Amino acid sequence: MRWRQSRFPRLAGRRCRQADEVRLRSYARAWKDVGMTALLLRDLKLSVRAGGGAMIGVLFFMTVVAVIPFGVGPDLNLLARIGPAILWIGALLAALLGLDRLFQAEREDGSLDLLLMQETPLVLTVLVKCLAHWLATGLPLVLASPLLSLFMNMDVSAIGATMLTLLVGTPAITFIGAAGAAIAVALPRGGLLVSILVLPLAIPVLIFGVSAVYAAIQEPAPFLPPFLFLTALTLVFAVIGPVAAAAALRASTD
Amino acid sequence: MRLVAEGLSAKRGEDLIFRDVSFDIGAGEALVVKGPNGSGKSTLLRVVADLLPRESGKIRLAGGETQGFDSVAGACHYLGHRNAMKRELTVEENLRFWKAFFGDSRGGTGVAIDEAADAVGLGGILHLPFGYLSAGQQRRMAMAKLLVAWRPVWILDEPTAALDASAEAMFAGLVKAHLSRGGLALAATHQPLGLGAVSELQMGGFAAIFAEAWV
Repeated sequence: MRWRQSRFPRLAGRRCRQADEVRLRSYARAWKDVGMTALLLRDLKLSVRAGGGAMIGVLFFMTVVAVIPFGVGPDLNLLARIGPAILWIGALLAALLGLDRLFQAEREDGSLDLLLMQETPLVLTVLVKCLAHWLATGLPLVLASPLLSLFMNMDVSAIGATMLTLLVGTPAITFIGAAGAAIAVALPRGGLLVSILVLPLAIPVLIFGVSAVYAAIQEPAPFLPPFLFLTALTLVFAVIGPVAAAAALRASTD
Repeated sequence: MRLVAEGLSAKRGEDLIFRDVSFDIGAGEALVVKGPNGSGKSTLLRVVADLLPRESGKIRLAGGETQGFDSVAGACHYLGHRNAMKRELTVEENLRFWKAFFGDSRGGTGVAIDEAADAVGLGGILHLPFGYLSAGQQRRMAMAKLLVAWRPVWILDEPTAALDASAEAMFAGLVKAHLSRGGLALAATHQPLGLGAVSELQMGGFAAIFAEAWV
């Protein structure tokens, strides 16, 4: 067990500083390394090959948003008013859709063992996998949102604000979703569990995302405070998510 | 370099799978772990690779050339039951990824991808998706993964399970070449690996511990 403990920083004394230095150096080495680029490219390739599921999220997003006008009816003012919220809810659910496969696919073919064994910090490996996942599934949602905004009769400023908030907010869903995916990695049907685990943590992202859009299109409310909160949430989850996911992956080996 | 284990024991659930396992493998040596099914061979290998927590004991690298290794696992290649290759990617993409991701450990360099494929006897099929290969070919390509990046320690769990006789001989050659470069190997197997005279570790498993406790 000594091994395991030595991965975490000791709290006091010179050994702490030495350990931190060693860790920082290994982070820097890994970053310069071609290994992380290779991982990013591999995950991107996998996501566009058969069964990769990069398009599944966009299709789901499109389906959710496209059926709303049929359900709500042809009230254009109502559609414009609820549009940003509908887009955000659709994007949130679509972003959660493929998350459970993030580590499960690696575990099923044995790659996870090899990812865990390397001297490259596992947190960095997880972070790069998150980035690849966001590029493959989150970014397409952002790019599809202006088109889908037209379904909801939104004007130009609302479309711009929705796109900007989705761009800033969806990485947070991926990062915190990675932690959920790592916890559920060993479960055979972890898909729904991941969504249930992650959804409460993703609610603040939804709240600040939607309120930033409404602040941008409605006169008295200032846009910047909710938008900065959204940015802060993404940054916090970018730290917490990979650390929690790495810890969960270490604990899940069997 | 030597790989030293002292008094290892590991649990699966509440039960001790093995107890007080010690070994010392020197450079150029191989240790073959033997025992019936369920005797804890795979568990021992996964404990050495730091993929399972151990109950007690120590694993360490000793001797020269151990600088540059932060952990034992970082000095190891692990060939488990699963091949750790993506079915959707071509063989070349798989090997290229692992070569870049592993990087070479201190003290050696891996061979190029086509050389590694030639070494396992499958030179011409690098362009095929990994999922198109037969089980035996997939296993061979998983072995090529050991060659593309240098690691001093090879941990092999039933490496030749799906292979024909000629592939077994080929694999024995690979392991011998690795040992002659100063590498170490720790293998669990039922079949003879064809390595000549190597030291063996006999595992008794849960039943043996249980019997010992009752005597």
